[in-house]
Amino acid sequence: MLVLSWLIPISLFLGGLGLAAFIYTVRSNQYDDPEGDARRILSDEWDHHPKP
Amino acid sequence: MTAHMPASAAACPGCLATPMEPAAETPKDARIALSLPTIHCQACISAVENGLAAHPGVHSARVNLTLKRVMVDAEPALTAPDLVDVLAGLGYEAHELDTGALRATETDRTGRDLLMRLAVAGFASMNVMLLSVSVWAGAGEATRDLFHWISAAITIPTIAFSARPFFRNAWAALSVRRLNMDVPITLAILLALVTSLWETALSGQHAYFDAALTLTFFLLIGRYLDHRTRAVARSAAEELAALEVPRASLVTETGERDIPVAELAVGDLIRVRPGGRMPVDGVITEGRSELDRSLLTGETLPVFAEPGRAASAGEVNLTGPLTIRASAVGQDTSLHRMADLVAIAESGRSRYTSLADQAAKLYAPGVHILAALAFVGWYVYSFDLRTALNIAAAVLIITCPCALGLAVPAVTTAASGRLFRRGLLIKHATALERLAEVDTVVFDKTGTLTEGTPELTNLHEFQPQTLAVAFALARGSSHPLSMSIAEAAQAIGTAPAQLQDIAEVPGYGTEATWQGRRVRLGRASWVGAEQGDQTAAYLSVGDGAAPQAFRFTDALRVGAEQAVQKLQAQSKHVLLISGDNTKPVEILATRLGIADWQAEALPEDKAARIAELTEQGRRVLMVGDGLNDTAALTAAHVSISPASALDAARVASDIVLLGRDLTPIAESCVTAKRGTKRIRENFQIATFYNIMAVPLAAAGYATPLIAALAMSISSIIVSLNALRLK
Repeated sequence: MLVLSWLIPISLFLGGLGLAAFIYTVRSNQYDDPEGDARRILSDEWDHHPKP
Repeated sequence: MTAHMPASAAACPGCLATPMEPAAETPKDARIALSLPTIHCQACISAVENGLAAHPGVHSARVNLTLKRVMVDAEPALTAPDLVDVLAGLGYEAHELDTGALRATETDRTGRDLLMRLAVAGFASMNVMLLSVSVWAGAGEATRDLFHWISAAITIPTIAFSARPFFRNAWAALSVRRLNMDVPITLAILLALVTSLWETALSGQHAYFDAALTLTFFLLIGRYLDHRTRAVARSAAEELAALEVPRASLVTETGERDIPVAELAVGDLIRVRPGGRMPVDGVITEGRSELDRSLLTGETLPVFAEPGRAASAGEVNLTGPLTIRASAVGQDTSLHRMADLVAIAESGRSRYTSLADQAAKLYAPGVHILAALAFVGWYVYSFDLRTALNIAAAVLIITCPCALGLAVPAVTTAASGRLFRRGLLIKHATALERLAEVDTVVFDKTGTLTEGTPELTNLHEFQPQTLAVAFALARGSSHPLSMSIAEAAQAIGTAPAQLQDIAEVPGYGTEATWQGRRVRLGRASWVGAEQGDQTAAYLSVGDGAAPQAFRFTDALRVGAEQAVQKLQAQSKHVLLISGDNTKPVEILATRLGIADWQAEALPEDKAARIAELTEQGRRVLMVGDGLNDTAALTAAHVSISPASALDAARVASDIVLLGRDLTPIAESCVTAKRGTKRIRENFQIATFYNIMAVPLAAAGYATPLIAALAMSISSIIVSLNALRLK
C-alpha cells in the first residue's frame, strides 16, 4: 500500500495540471471565437513563421 | 452551445490539446467595431484582416468569426465609414457597430466566473469520485480513513470556491425571510460536509464528500447553461441596438458637422436629408418635404412638411432636405410621451411565475420538512445524534434538486437554440413558457404584417403613353411612391417618355415639360385632384384632362399569409389592430382572412383592447413594431417585434424576430408548447424519482454509493429528455 503515497499525489498533480491548463485557456480568451480559431488553423499563411 | 463546454480537466492532461500560441488578443484600444454579416470561412478572415491591415492608418484588425465582427485599432483620423468602403471594395458588406453598446458583451465576467467554478468542481469531483470508488470497493479501515481525509482536503476548499453562487443566493433569500431553490441546496451541501467530517473523525464508514461535489458540479452545469442562453440573447439584442449608430448633422455657423445624437441640445439646428430619420423632436425651420410617420402612428399616408410644423423623433423624411430646431432631445423626445403609457400597461400586467418558481415553492419547504422529520424520527428512535444527522443529510442529498436545477435550463437552452436558428431571439427568461399559453394573437399592420413599402395596385388601368410619362417623372425621384411606380413600369417593359426640364419640388412631387405641356406627378392638392382615403400619387398631363390616381397598397411581408393561416389552424383567435385608416386596414384584413379588425386605433386604444382581452381570460400574443405599439407590447402576455422595429418597441417586447419572414411565429408557438411539455415531464420524472428514493434514505438504506448513483442517473435522464425536443 506504500505505492499509494506516490500514486495519489501524482494523480492530483496531473489533474491539477489539466485544471491549470484549462484556466489558462479561459484567461487568455481562447473561447471567444471558437469557430474562427477552428478555421484559422487551416490557413497556411503563418506556417513558416509565427504571426508577429 | 457547442464549443463552450469545458474540456474535462480530469486526470489526463495529455488529453487536453496542448495550448497553441495564445489567441491574439482583441486590440486593446480598438476604436472601431464593424459587423460583417456575410463572412463565413478562412478565406474571408484572411481577406478582411489583410485588406484592412493594408489600409493606411490601420494598426491591427482581428476578425471574430463566431460573432461575425471585426475589431479594428486605427489612427484617430480614420472613421468607420472609411473602413466600410474599404470592405465594400473587397466585396464584404459591413455595418458600423456602436462600441459603447457592445461593451457589456465583451466582458462577460459572470459567464467566465461560472465556467471557472464549474471547472474546479469538475476536477475535484472526479478525483474524489476515484477515491470513493475504492472505498465502496471495500478498502481496509486504515486506507478508508486515509482516503476520507484526502477527500476532505480536496472537498472543503473546492466547496468554498465553487458553491459560492448558491451560498450567496441562499443568503440573499434568507435575509429577506424567503425560501428559494438555493436554500435546500446550500443546506444539503453544508450538512453533507459537516456529517462527513464528523464520520471521518470517528473513522466511520459513510462519507458524502463525493455527493456534495457532484451535486455542486451538476447544479453549476445547469446555472452555466442558463447563463449562456441569456448571454447569447443579450448579446444579439445588444448587437441590434449597436447597429443603429445614431448620428445627426448639426448646422453651425461654420458649416455642417456630424455628431452623435446624444450630444444634441435643445435649440440646435439639425439638417435631415431625404431618407433620414428625425433624431429628435423639433420644429421645421427650413425646407419642404413629406414625412413618413408609420413607425409612430401606423398610418401609411405621408404627411406634408413645411416650416413651422412640428416633427417627432422617428419620422422619416422622404423628399427634400429639412432643417429642424430641436425642441426636445434624448429621453424627452416622443419616446417620453409613450413612457407613461408603457408604465400604466406594465402595472396592469399580471406577474408571471415561472414553472421553476412554482415548483420551488412546493419543493423547498417540502424537503426541509422531510429532512427534519427524518432527523427527529431517528433521534427519538435511537437517541443517537450521529445516526440521526447522518440520515437527515442523506435525505437532503437524495432529494436535492439536481434534476430540477437541470430540467428547466436544459429545456430552455435546447428550445431557444432551435428558435434562434429559425430567426427568433428569446429575450426574456420566461417568454417561452408564456408563449406556450397563448390563445389570441394581435397583429399590428404597418411594418409588421406589411413591409411598409408601397406596391402599385392599378397598373393595368393606364394607357401605355400615360404610363411612359409617369415612369419618366417617377425615375427622377427617390420618393417611395415614385420608386414603386418606376419599378412597376420597368417590370412590364415601359420605355420612358421624352421629357424636358424635370424638376422635383420637395414636399409636392415632380414636374416636367412633355410635348410642350406641363406634366406633374405628386400630391393631390398640387396636381389639382381630390384626395382619396387610400395611399395614392396623382398624375396630371395638362390640357384640362382630369388627373389620374396611382393607387398603392402596402406590400405584404413575406410569410404573413402563412403565419396568419397557421395560427388560425392552431385555433388561435387572430386580430388586426392598426393606427391606419379604415380602408387599407379592411382590405388587408379581408386579404388575410382576419375577421376581427380595428382601424384608426390610438396607442391607448391598442393597450386598452389588449387589457380587455386579458380580462376575458385570454392570453394575448402581441406582434408589433411601432412606437404606437410599445404600450400594447408591454400590456400583452407575451410580445414579438421584428428586428426592423424601433428600438423602444424592441426593448418592450419579449421576443425579437430577426429575419424578414413572419412564418416562424406560428412554428415558435408549437416549439414553445413542446418545450413547456418537456419541462413538465422533467418535473414529473424528478418527482417520481424522489418518491422512490426518499423512503430509502429516510429508512437509513441510502449509502453514499446509492446516493451517487441515484443523483447521476436522474440528472442524465432529464438532460436526455430535454434534448429530445425537436
